[in-house]
Amino acid sequence: MRWPQPASLVPLIGPVAFLALWQAVSASHLVRAVLLPSPVDTLGYLADALVHGTLATDALVTITRTLIAFAIGALLGVPLGVAFGSSERLYSSIEFLVDFFRSMPASALIPLFILFFGIADINKIAIAGFSVFLIVMFNSAYGVMNARKSRLLAAKVMGATPFQMFRDVLVFESLPQTFVGLRNGISTALVIVVVAEMFIGSDQGLGHRIIEGEQILHVTDMYASIIVAGLIGYALNMLFMLADKRLIHWNGK
Amino acid sequence: MTAAAAPADAAFICVRGLEKSFGAQPVYRGFDLDLPRGTFTTIFGPNGCGKSTLINMLSGITPFDGGSVRIGGNDLRAAKIGYVFQNYRDSLFPWMRAIENIEYPLRVRGVSKARRQARVEELIAAFEITLDLKRYPYEMSGGQQQLVAILRALVADPDVLFLDEPFSALDYEMTLYMRDKLQAVFLETGLTMVLVSHDLEEAVYLADRILLLSKRPTRLVELIAYETARPRTTAIMGDPAFVQTKQHALDLFRAEMAR
Repeated sequence: MRWPQPASLVPLIGPVAFLALWQAVSASHLVRAVLLPSPVDTLGYLADALVHGTLATDALVTITRTLIAFAIGALLGVPLGVAFGSSERLYSSIEFLVDFFRSMPASALIPLFILFFGIADINKIAIAGFSVFLIVMFNSAYGVMNARKSRLLAAKVMGATPFQMFRDVLVFESLPQTFVGLRNGISTALVIVVVAEMFIGSDQGLGHRIIEGEQILHVTDMYASIIVAGLIGYALNMLFMLADKRLIHWNGK
Repeated sequence: MTAAAAPADAAFICVRGLEKSFGAQPVYRGFDLDLPRGTFTTIFGPNGCGKSTLINMLSGITPFDGGSVRIGGNDLRAAKIGYVFQNYRDSLFPWMRAIENIEYPLRVRGVSKARRQARVEELIAAFEITLDLKRYPYEMSGGQQQLVAILRALVADPDVLFLDEPFSALDYEMTLYMRDKLQAVFLETGLTMVLVSHDLEEAVYLADRILLLSKRPTRLVELIAYETARPRTTAIMGDPAFVQTKQHALDLFRAEMAR
């Protein structure tokens, strides 16, 4: 049997060192066990709660809310962004608004959304969807506005109509930037959904579970939920990176 | 000889009183030009004299301020233009395969898929080109990409083929190969071609006539004829006619630079 090449093990050094540090701190009793369970206990509990408990259900609820919010934001944001980006004058008329709302922390709007949408599921989706919409829209608009003119000229000299230039060239030119928006959008959606689950009356979802774990001092459950939330974020990001590489195969080449 | 075989319409491309300024800086003022059908014209001149601007105006890419451009007796907008850009990376569509790039001018005209394919196969066969057209442009060498760009410019049977320093990004070996391919295309199709070059050797080698331009505001210094029979090979570069023509152009060019 051959050992794996040393280079392939390098990416594991960080996570292993992190777990070792966690283990050392919890074993040293520098931090009380009630605040910091050992990694072995936490990961063991995590596996058990996923299979036998309700952790999987909560994770699924959070994922579902995130995906719905993302879908709404993206479905509205991409076409509107492309439309606004197609006319610099149109975009400059809304540029300040977009930059203002985009720079505002979405969490600052949570009370406002409670007033309008109540504390039901729709509230969490609405506020996350709103944030996704802004991010996706301005990235799509910039993608269109900053599209290189040379390929548009090439299409024009080949006799393409304005609509053909738009459909065959401009949309593709803007795709890399649109995808940047979609990737940022999905991360933001997860952040907002988890925060909303903490503070807007929920009985399900990872955010709810984390805040409850803190309040009833069920810290092992809190840590396990945090780890699951992190894994979801990581998986979504990886998924979008893979899709980016496959769909926008020409990017950077 | 191509020039002799060309029909009597001496002004296939007919430019009258062309005006163009960039800001306050006039580039063309009352510029006239006649180019016969089926000839290969190269444009040579000092840096920044507006060589590319000229073919961009003739091809409808850059609007001009005044005057007229007629191609084959028709308004410029009615002409079918083939255009090969200097920068193939920024003019090919990297999201399309090479074959889709070549077919694109036919696609925008609504030609059916079957007929597009037939036309591309015809082109490939005519010019003995061996390329894997299933690949994307970024998977090809610079020369192969520019070859794809040339095929794309030819596919819809243009009235004129314009080329803007098409080989300037290629290494010398590839440049020699591409010049000969282009000459073969010229001989095969009898197409009217206008090529901008910053390389005097290339400008003479390819041309029936070399259009020597002045510094701004741009005038025609001289339309130099070079009538050596085709197909030409690199061997002609030692011929007295080639050497004399090149020297004559160089003398005019240096006189112009000294002005």
